[in-house]
Amino acid sequence: MIEVLNVTKGFGGKMILQDVSAVMEGGKTNLIIGTSGSGKTVLMKCMVGLMNVDKGQVKYGGEDFTAMSEREKKAIREKIGMLFQGTALFDSMTVEQNVFFPLDMFTNLTAKEKRMRVESCLDRVNLMEAYKKYPAEISGGMKKRVGIARAIVLNPKYLFCDEPNSGLDPQTSMVIDKLIKEITSEYQITTVINTHDMNSVMEIGDHILYLYNGLKQWEGTNRDIIFSRDEKLNHFIFASEFLQDAKEMRQIEIMQNRQAQEPPLAD
Amino acid sequence: MFFYHFGKYLLMLKGMWSRPESVKMYWKEFMHQCVEIGLGSLGIVMIISVFLGGVTTVQTAYQLVSPWIPKTTISMVVRDTLILELAPTMVCIVLAGVIGSKIASELGNMRVSEQIDALEIMGINTKAYLILPKILAALLVIPCLVIIAGFLGITGGLLAGELAGILGKQQFLQGLVKNFNSFNVFFALIKSYTFAFIISSISAYFGYYVQGGALEIGRASTTSVVVSCILILFADYGLAAILLQ
Ligand SMILES: Nc1ncnc2c1ncn2[C@@H]1O[C@H](COP(=O)(O)OP(=O)(O)OP(=O)(O)O)[C@@H](O)[C@H]1O
Ligand SMILES: [Mg+2]
Repeated sequence: MIEVLNVTKGFGGKMILQDVSAVMEGGKTNLIIGTSGSGKTVLMKCMVGLMNVDKGQVKYGGEDFTAMSEREKKAIREKIGMLFQGTALFDSMTVEQNVFFPLDMFTNLTAKEKRMRVESCLDRVNLMEAYKKYPAEISGGMKKRVGIARAIVLNPKYLFCDEPNSGLDPQTSMVIDKLIKEITSEYQITTVINTHDMNSVMEIGDHILYLYNGLKQWEGTNRDIIFSRDEKLNHFIFASEFLQDAKEMRQIEIMQNRQAQEPPLAD
Repeated sequence: MFFYHFGKYLLMLKGMWSRPESVKMYWKEFMHQCVEIGLGSLGIVMIISVFLGGVTTVQTAYQLVSPWIPKTTISMVVRDTLILELAPTMVCIVLAGVIGSKIASELGNMRVSEQIDALEIMGINTKAYLILPKILAALLVIPCLVIIAGFLGITGGLLAGELAGILGKQQFLQGLVKNFNSFNVFFALIKSYTFAFIISSISAYFGYYVQGGALEIGRASTTSVVVSCILILFADYGLAAILLQ
């Protein structure tokens, strides 16, 4: 579980995050959504300590991460896997070596065990064919997937994904969403995802945080979003007419289901 | 401004010391850097030193016009100039360009593309993993390069002496062993260790703390070369003033 308490962050007098609080529970996919430039990446970087918060706290399992010494932070970070928005692959290493790297650094597994682990991770993101290629030689979407494989190779306790499916086709995007969802509940990982992909929001949004103008504008689940009356949120999520229609259809569907499930009033 | 950078530089050096996450990986990185730094600049060092030796021979002969001075003096002068100044200082100034810009741009690129952040998130001390092996590799390899440069420079001098008909091989070798002071070699080694540290740590500093994009990487690598060259010259003078009393 990660707790974000009143986090405030600004750059040179310009406020980016103001008093943002949230509880990210284990075993759930926690989504941070918001328009481009709303501070999603900044919030994520504050959570993992790549940026220092101006005010507020971030707690991992009840311990105050923001007040920890470098050494204690290191211990927590060994349990974190992170996918960066720009993927941040090591460009002097092949795809395979990128995924091997955390294993080489932090485990005492045998070469064979490591290879099996790497292969299973790359297989899960559908990347069997790109083993020996360098990051410069693969597409943007493939880089994203390598980044995910590298983030999950050590079975992290906390998984951070900054826009895991931007730049992916809808089909691959679904595969990635499903993968993240699966490992999240399988290993009870606390997963935090930045996204503006509406499909992901509806499919895997166990807990959604909507950032607007540096404030937490709305919080809820993907079910709540369908019925939300928050104007700004609706504007953001159901931006197109197509999505508006889809939302109304879904509302009707859910209502009907509910009515069917409710026992008829006894007369 | 100066104190800000100097303080940050010292903190960087202090931050390098922590328990390695994996001794094997650190060793691998160290070896990799030795190869990169050593083999990567061996060619240029060889070319430069042969020519430096040759030119010094020809020019010394040109300046020693008096018939009273024996020819062997030429090779004595060539030997001492090469060992005292040309091999360590000139070679290191060139290496500041070759190795310094390489280190600065490599680290700068890793910073800008968030690779350093990615390492940091894994729980790796990036100063220890990225900077320390580079400095240690430079400390090992650069003095070796300087020694090679000294030998090749003298060989170049010998060749030039013969080719230009200034003095024969026999005479040159005679001069080479005359009044040989082994302290000079020791002095050259001290210089090259100092310069190796300056080159690697200064360029690592400017690369590691790059902010911005590709443009800033270029700027950082230029700055690192300029600053290390100036510091090399300061240190060169300082060491000479202290040790050559
Ligand atoms: N290092 C920095 N220095 C100064 N300002 C920054 C820095 N990083 C981010 N910002 C500012 O913070 C704001 C939020 O940026 P952020 O990257 O968090 O947006 P985002 O929500 O992730 O957007 P996107 O969806 O496009 O990735 C932007 O206005 C940006 O200019
Ligand atoms: Mg972002």
